[in-house]
Amino acid sequence: MSSLITDYQNPQRWSMTKALSKLHLDALLLLGLFTLLSAGLMILFSAGDQDIDLLFRQLIRMSAAFVVLLVISNVHPDRMRDSAYWLYATGLILLVAVLVFGHEGKGAQRWLDLGLFRFQPSELMKLAVPLLVATYLAERPLPPTLSRLFVGLVMIIVPSFLIARQPDLGTALLIASSGLLVVFLSGISWRLIIGFLTASTAALPVLWYVMHDYQRQRVLTFLNPEKDPLGSGYHIIQSKIAIGSGGLFGRGWLEGTQSQLAFLPERSTDFIFAVIAEEFGLLGVGLILLLYLLIAGRGLYIASQAQSSFARLLAGSISMTFLVYVFVNVGMVTGLLPVVGVPLPLVSYGGTSMVTLLAGFGILMSIHTHRRMMSP
Amino acid sequence: MSRFALKDHFRESRLINDRLIFSAIFVGLLFIVVMVRLAVLQILEYEHFDSLSNKNRVDIEALPPQRGLIYDRNGVVLAENIPTFSLELIPENVPNIDKSLQELASLFAMTDAEISDLKQQINQERRFRQVVVRQRLTEQEVAIFSVNRHRFPGIDVIGRLIRHYPQGALFSHTVGYVGRINERDQKTIDEKNYKGTLHIGKTGIEKRYETLLHGTVGYQQVETNVQGRVVRELHRTVPVSGDELFLHMDINLQRVAAKELGTFNGAVVALEPKTGGVLAMVSKPDFDANSFVSGISSKEYALLRDSPNRPLYDRAARGHYPPGSTLKPFVALAGLEQGVINEHSQSTCPGWFTLPGQEHRYRCWKSHGHGPVDLKKAVSQSCDVYFYELSHALGIDRMHNFLDLFGFGHRTDIDIPSEGMGLSPSREWKRNARNQAWYPGETLISGIGQGFNQTTPIQLAHATAVLAMRGLNISPQVARASRRSGQSELQLITKKKAEALPMVNRMHWETVIDSMVEVVHGERGTARHVSEGLSFKVAGKTGTAQVFGIKQDEEYDADTLSKKLHDHALFIAFAPADDPEFVVAVVVENGGSGSKTAAPIAHKMIKQYFKNR
Repeated sequence: MSSLITDYQNPQRWSMTKALSKLHLDALLLLGLFTLLSAGLMILFSAGDQDIDLLFRQLIRMSAAFVVLLVISNVHPDRMRDSAYWLYATGLILLVAVLVFGHEGKGAQRWLDLGLFRFQPSELMKLAVPLLVATYLAERPLPPTLSRLFVGLVMIIVPSFLIARQPDLGTALLIASSGLLVVFLSGISWRLIIGFLTASTAALPVLWYVMHDYQRQRVLTFLNPEKDPLGSGYHIIQSKIAIGSGGLFGRGWLEGTQSQLAFLPERSTDFIFAVIAEEFGLLGVGLILLLYLLIAGRGLYIASQAQSSFARLLAGSISMTFLVYVFVNVGMVTGLLPVVGVPLPLVSYGGTSMVTLLAGFGILMSIHTHRRMMSP
Repeated sequence: MSRFALKDHFRESRLINDRLIFSAIFVGLLFIVVMVRLAVLQILEYEHFDSLSNKNRVDIEALPPQRGLIYDRNGVVLAENIPTFSLELIPENVPNIDKSLQELASLFAMTDAEISDLKQQINQERRFRQVVVRQRLTEQEVAIFSVNRHRFPGIDVIGRLIRHYPQGALFSHTVGYVGRINERDQKTIDEKNYKGTLHIGKTGIEKRYETLLHGTVGYQQVETNVQGRVVRELHRTVPVSGDELFLHMDINLQRVAAKELGTFNGAVVALEPKTGGVLAMVSKPDFDANSFVSGISSKEYALLRDSPNRPLYDRAARGHYPPGSTLKPFVALAGLEQGVINEHSQSTCPGWFTLPGQEHRYRCWKSHGHGPVDLKKAVSQSCDVYFYELSHALGIDRMHNFLDLFGFGHRTDIDIPSEGMGLSPSREWKRNARNQAWYPGETLISGIGQGFNQTTPIQLAHATAVLAMRGLNISPQVARASRRSGQSELQLITKKKAEALPMVNRMHWETVIDSMVEVVHGERGTARHVSEGLSFKVAGKTGTAQVFGIKQDEEYDADTLSKKLHDHALFIAFAPADDPEFVVAVVVENGGSGSKTAAPIAHKMIKQYFKNR
C-alpha cells in the first residue's frame, strides 16, 4: 500500500495498470465489468419504472459486491485452495439448514434468515463447488482417474440435489454445470464425455419424476406457450413481443411500451434482457452480448495464463459459468429454453447473485495478479 | 503427493488449454445461435410482434352518456344524476378474485353474505363487464382504497353519475326507476351504445322513453398497462347526453293525492282533458325508487315483493277494479243515444227490481227505494233500479258497444309500459272466454258497473275526460316534451290519438253532465260536500264497488266485515263542468263508500288545481 502511494507521488513511475495490479485488480476485466454494470444501471432505470430508489439500492449492492471483489482478489489462490473443503462443508451444512429452517419465498425455500440479513447458501455453493472440484482434481495428475472422477461427480451432485429440493432448479443446474465444467477442463477423455451425455439424456425421465409441479408446468409451457396465454405462457409471449417489436434499433430508452406499460412481467429481474431488446433493438442486445463475450474471453485468457492446473481449472470454470448464466437467461427470454428463473448476470436487479458473480471475478483477478509471486 | 505419479505441468497446461480453446469455440457457436434467434425475432418477425405490441397497449374505452333529466310541469326535477364513487371490478383483469374479495372485505368490513352475493354476480356477468363491488363510497373509503390500490389489480374506484330520484317514493310508479342491465335487457339493447352504461329504465317513464333518455355513447382511445389501467388518453369522442324530458305532471297535485290517500291502498289519476296530459298519477302504497338504482338487496326486494299490500304494483295503470256506479253516467248516455230513454223518462224505485218471470230481487243500495226517479235523480242519487231497467232495455251488446267508445276494456295508450286492459263484458266475450251463454241478470249488474266489469284508474280517468270533452277522445300522456342536450327548444311529444266520437245528439252530453253536476251541487247529491268553497260547477259521480258478494236478504255491515272485504270507494269528476280543465278519478281500495272516502280526495285535488283562481 505504501509503495502505491509513493508510486502515485512519482508520476514517471506511475501507471494505471501497475497501480491496479498492486491492488490485485485486472484493468481489462475491470473495464469490462464497469461498462456492463453502468449499462445495467441505465437499463434497470427503464425496466424498474424509473424508480430512483430501486436504482440506488442496486448501486449499494454493486458497491458491496465490489468490496467483496477487492477483498477476494487480494487473497492468494493457494489460500483459496486451502479453504476449499471448509467452504464446501459449510455450504452443505447451510443447505441442509435451509431445507429445515429456511424462509419460503414464492413457494420455494431458499433463504436463511441470519437476523441482520438473509442469506442464500446456494450462492456460496456457486463458488464452493468449482473451487473444491478444481482443488480435488488438481491434487493428482490430470486427467483424473475414474475413481477420482467419480468422487468429483459426487461432490457436484450432492449440493445440486439439495438445491433442486428447495426447489431451485435453475441454480441447481448452474452449480452442476460449474462443477462439470471443471471436470471437462480437467481433460477427461471424449469417450467418457459422450457416454456421460448419453447417460444424462437417458436420465431425463427421472428428472421429470422428481420435478415439482410448477417446474413441470414451466417445461410444458415452454413447449407450447400459446396454450396458456394468461397463465404460465404469459411470460414468454409478452417477452417475445417485447423483443420482436424492438426491431433492429429498438424503440429507444424509456420508450418500450411493453416494458413501460408493465405488460412484461419480472422486467427488472429475470426478463430484463427483453427490455434491452425492446428499447435498444438487435444492435443493443448484440453489443451487450459482445460485452459478455469480451469479459468471459478475458477470463478464459486469464485461465490459459494461470500457473497451476488448479488455477486454470477454477478460472476456466468461473469464466464459462458466467457465460452459461448469460445463455440460459437469454435462451429463456427469447423462448429457446424453458423459464427456469435465472437472472441476467450483473444486469438484473437483485443482490446475492451480484455479490457471487463479482466474487468470482475477484478469484479471476487474484489468479492473474498473483502470478509473478507464484513464479520461482 | 509424492506417493503418486509426478505431475507433468507442461502436459497438464496443454491439456487444459486445449479444452479452454474448445470451450471458446463452443461459446462462439452459442453466441451465433442466440444472435440468429434474436435476428429472427427482431428482423424477420418484427412486423408481427410490432403489431402485437400495439394491440397490447391501445384499448378502446366506452364513455357512457349522461342520462337525460326528468322535470315536472313546474320545472321541478323528478330524476337527476348525482356523482358518486363506486368500487368496480372487471373480472378478467383480476388474477385472483377470491383473494381480492377477501382482502376487500377486511378493508371495508363487508359481510360474508355481501361477498358471496358478489361472487355470484361475478359468475353471472361476462368476464369483461364491470361488477360494482361497493356503491356510494364515502371520501374516507375512497382514500382507504387509493392507498391500497396497488394490491387490487383490475379493481378501481370509478366516479360515476348515478340516477337519483329527489322525490323518493312520490313518483315511484309513474316516473319509475332505472336498474342494473340484466340478461333480459341485454337482448333488446344496442350493445354498442350501452357499453359502459350500467343502468337501464326498468319501469314507468324511465322505461318508456329509454331511447330518448339514454343518449349516445362516446369513446376514448387509451393506452393501458397490463392491468387494464389507463396510462394516457390518445383520442376521445365525447358522448351525447340523453334528452331531457318534461312531463305534464304537477308535483303539487301529486303530493296532495299521495297525502290524501294516506294509508289506504288505491290510486288517483288526474288529467288535463284538453291535452290528455297526466297531471297526477299516484298509486299507494309506494316505495323509494332510489333503492333500485344501487341494486336492492334480495332481502329488501323480497320484503317489497311479498308485502300483502304489493307496493311495487302500479295500481293507477294496472289495477283492475269494478267501476261500480261511476259507470252509470256512461250507461245513461248510451240509453239516450240509443233512444231507449229521454231526459224526462220516469221510473219508480221500490228498492228492488225483478226480471219478468223471475223471482230474484235485484236490490237498490237504498233498501226502501227512491220512489219516482228521472235520469237526473237516478245519477245524482245513484239509483240502481233505474239502471237495472235501463240496461235491461239496452241489452248487453248495445251497452258494450257504446262503452267501447269510451275505452272501457281497452288500453288508453298512455305512455306508461304494461298498462292494464280492463274488461267490458259482452255476450261474445263470455262465449269466447268462458264458453258460457250470457244471462239477462248479468246485464243488470253490468249496468251498475258490477259483475264482470273491470277498469283501471287511468281508464276511468280517460273515459271521464272523453265525457268531459263531449266526445273528444285524446289518449292520456305523461310526457309533454323533450329537449336535446345543448339545445334550447323543446320538441313536443306527439299524441297517438285524438278523435271525436260519433254522436246522434249533442244535447245528450249536456243532459248527462247536468245530472253529474247534480251529484256535487244537488241538495241530495251523493257528493254534495265536494262543492264546498268552489266558485265553479263540478261534475262528478260516486261509486261504491262490492268486493264481497252479499246474499239475498242480507245486510252489508261494515263493522262486522274485515277491512279486506270492505267495498272499494270510487269517484270521478271534472271541472268546470261547462269548460273542463281538470279531470280526476279516485279509487280507494276497501275505502267503504265513494261519497265518504273517494270524493273528499277529489275535492282536495280540485281545490289544489284551481288554487290560484
